[in-house]
Amino acid sequence: MSAYDLHEGAVTTILIRGARILGGAPRDILLRDGLVAEIGDLAGADAGQTIDAAGLVALPGLVDLHTHLREPGREDAETVETGTQAAARGGYTAVHAMANTSPVADTAGVVEQVWRLGQESGHCDVQPVGAVTSGLEGRQLAELGAMADSAARVRVFSDDGKCVSDAVLMRRALEYVKAFDGVVAQHAQEPRLTEGAQLNEGEVSARLGLTGWPAVAEEAIIARDCLLAAHVGSRLHVCHVSTAGSVEIIRWAKSKGWDVTAEVTPHHLLLTDSCAETSPLGPYNPIYKVNPPLRTAEDVRALREALADGTIDCVATDHAPHPVEDKETEWAAAAMGMIGLETALPVVQEAMVETGLLDWAGVADRMSARPARIGRLAGHGRPIEPGAPANVTLYDPSVRRPVDPTAMASKSRNTPYEGMTLPGHVVATFLRGRPTVLEGKLV
Amino acid sequence: MKSHLLSTGDLSRDDALLILDTAEELARVSQRSIKKLPTLRGRTVVNLFFEDSTRTRISFEAAAKRLSADVINFSAKGSSVSKGESLKDTALTLEAMGADAVVIRHSASGAPHRLANWVRGSVVNAGDGTHEHPTQALLDAFSIRRRLGRLDGLKISIVGDVLHSRVARSNVLLLHTLGAEVTLVAPPTLLPVAVESWPCQVSYDLDAVLPKSDVVMMLRVQLERMNAAYFPSAREYSRRYGLDRDRFARLHDDAIVMHPGPMNRGMEISAEVADSPRSTIVEQVGNGVTVRMAVLYLLLGGSEPAIGGAE
Amino acid sequence: MSDAQNQARAVLEGPDIHRALTRIAHEILERTRGAESVVLLGIPTRGATLAHRIAGRIAQFEGIKVPVGAIDITMYRDDLRLRPARPLGRTELPPDGVDGRTVVLVDDVLFSGRTVRAALDALNDVGRPRAVQLATLVDRGHRELPIRADYVGKNLPTSKSEKVKVFLQETDGRDAVVLIKGDDR
Repeated sequence: MSAYDLHEGAVTTILIRGARILGGAPRDILLRDGLVAEIGDLAGADAGQTIDAAGLVALPGLVDLHTHLREPGREDAETVETGTQAAARGGYTAVHAMANTSPVADTAGVVEQVWRLGQESGHCDVQPVGAVTSGLEGRQLAELGAMADSAARVRVFSDDGKCVSDAVLMRRALEYVKAFDGVVAQHAQEPRLTEGAQLNEGEVSARLGLTGWPAVAEEAIIARDCLLAAHVGSRLHVCHVSTAGSVEIIRWAKSKGWDVTAEVTPHHLLLTDSCAETSPLGPYNPIYKVNPPLRTAEDVRALREALADGTIDCVATDHAPHPVEDKETEWAAAAMGMIGLETALPVVQEAMVETGLLDWAGVADRMSARPARIGRLAGHGRPIEPGAPANVTLYDPSVRRPVDPTAMASKSRNTPYEGMTLPGHVVATFLRGRPTVLEGKLV
Repeated sequence: MKSHLLSTGDLSRDDALLILDTAEELARVSQRSIKKLPTLRGRTVVNLFFEDSTRTRISFEAAAKRLSADVINFSAKGSSVSKGESLKDTALTLEAMGADAVVIRHSASGAPHRLANWVRGSVVNAGDGTHEHPTQALLDAFSIRRRLGRLDGLKISIVGDVLHSRVARSNVLLLHTLGAEVTLVAPPTLLPVAVESWPCQVSYDLDAVLPKSDVVMMLRVQLERMNAAYFPSAREYSRRYGLDRDRFARLHDDAIVMHPGPMNRGMEISAEVADSPRSTIVEQVGNGVTVRMAVLYLLLGGSEPAIGGAE
Repeated sequence: MSDAQNQARAVLEGPDIHRALTRIAHEILERTRGAESVVLLGIPTRGATLAHRIAGRIAQFEGIKVPVGAIDITMYRDDLRLRPARPLGRTELPPDGVDGRTVVLVDDVLFSGRTVRAALDALNDVGRPRAVQLATLVDRGHRELPIRADYVGKNLPTSKSEKVKVFLQETDGRDAVVLIKGDDR
């Protein structure tokens, strides 16, 4: 344990010198008592510690709406401790822990357990997501109200990994969570159209002889859910949007004024299904197997544009750790998913900032402010200004370096970026004024 | 240094012709009383079959034995694999046994590609999922060339369940490389999405295609497909896409009929057509051994493989 | 011209080859009592060509048609693993086969004897000749196996680093035997 006190409200004063807030002109930022105290030229300010942030971009601490921490149940892949360490290394100060654990987070007991583990870890806030249906089985609503009223104060509900495909059940869930300002985050996948699906249905799947996962299976559910949400006047969040068609539907729903939000993963902003065929790691490498699958270059283009124009509200990692043995297999036998917390910001810089689609203010909006708002996290996603909670990420966008899975904090190594060179690097992360990462290393 | 036969797409025209020409010479060996050659003495070929396929396994076994290789048959059923051993662990076991080549049949597309990462020997794809079956395509090309004398410019129609057919995938790529014009004929449900990106023509109408075909290759259609709504009934399928006597009569006189086997007589092909002198179905089996000998010789016969891209 | 080609020297020209083959044809006739039940089997590629030429001479001298064929030895070589797998040559046996016949193997150059050893193995798999003899256009020495030729066109003393290359009209557009100096560096 470090010299920093883990407890809330610990008196610690840190002076950050010369940081470019949202990429603007260099300013000094004074963090005190868990809050941003002052911003300006603070050369003479009295501080317990001073951090030279020349050249670094200061962003509000990142918020992930979609993280698989795997605890309880699959502690061989990730734990709350290692997952939150990875989050802090990636610049995150809050993550939403998905419900598909074992046991499933479908009761107040399980969500409180996860919430408490997060509190104890101290690397970032852990906000549990509750299951929509008991056991993710899609038959019966889980005790949504009990989870909302628990210490974990659950506001996001999702059967992620599985789609709430039953239209009646989805309608009821959307209606029910209105009572406590909840949101249903849908994993949009029509189950019958995706039986045995392995890879985006298209040229690559046809050549590789892998069962196709057609775009329409996602788009049909999104269209239906948007209509349902409008019908009952509820809030809908769409997980990991992956196709150009989905973007069109969400854009249409938003144009109607419906309360629909959406997320995109970093990997869907950068990688395509051709990775399964032409990667330097060899064809059929399941490191690229993920659900929803990697799509085409055209989809990637549409997703980037949608994130830039706000049709897609935020970036969510869908950080999905798997042990080596679940990926060192035939494609069809491999687990779906990739880790992403520690590479999210570099990937977004590569896909959105380097391409001129987003500036740093845009990145802060899509990776902090909007996800916090969707998840109803009052203490996160606030602008870096006096009085705001001192959740700050210092990021060096000037470096480029190869991705090294062995250097990651996550317990798993299933990153699709191995061997790729990505820009940027998180130098420091502060959670309510307390550093969780300094000089790129966990505190 | 390693090289494999994983996809016919990896074969250049020269590679493919070298295999066919080598097979042509080896076919003469099959006609003499001593069919064995000493070429692969001391080499070990493992037949690693995760799916039952007695025909293909026996064909590879005969090919390897005629070249004097030691053959180890590893059937996944009843072995450690059915007890949960991973493909990778199986690969490491084979590696420890010193396999010079692994002939793999697997229900998962791409399993041979994965295996190739984990063993030093050559990997020969003997059918992977719904992906490819390269030696079947090679023996088909060989059989066509023996019957019709050439491949360049021939019009070859492949009829049936293209979507699930590894034979179709391998044949489209190989026959295109060898200069033939391939047309896929199937109901739209049994063609892959994006099939238009393949180097071939596509038709839904068998009757329109038949008179223009030099070769008609019928694919096996599994009845289970009916339950997944790929077509309404066996009767309707057979009526629209089966090769019966009437359709056979509409072929031109030199056209030949092929089938990779096993056949559903009366479904995709009538017994009369299958047994006609213009059917190559029986000789395809014999040619299978010859072509597989050629592949094993060219992969294992020298200091390094003579075909396929080096990795 | 490269240095290697500068070092090349023709040791037999067309007429020399012609005379050598004529002599071999005569010797075969003498030693086999008029080429009775002889089969000429050339080792591809140039040995097969030479076998046909010798058969032509015999036909010319005695009016006898000696069966000619070719026997490919690629699959029987003992150096397969030293080089990439090579394309196969053609084996073509006369219709009546080799059983009970006197087979005269024909090769262009006799060197280590390993090719002939492979040919004997290959021959063993296609039948049982009464006797096997060996004819070669050039014997350049340096045997590594207990093998010797029955009919030799020319004995050519060479150093091991030198190369002997045979050119024939049918395959190369001219007749010549060329000695290429080896790289002694």
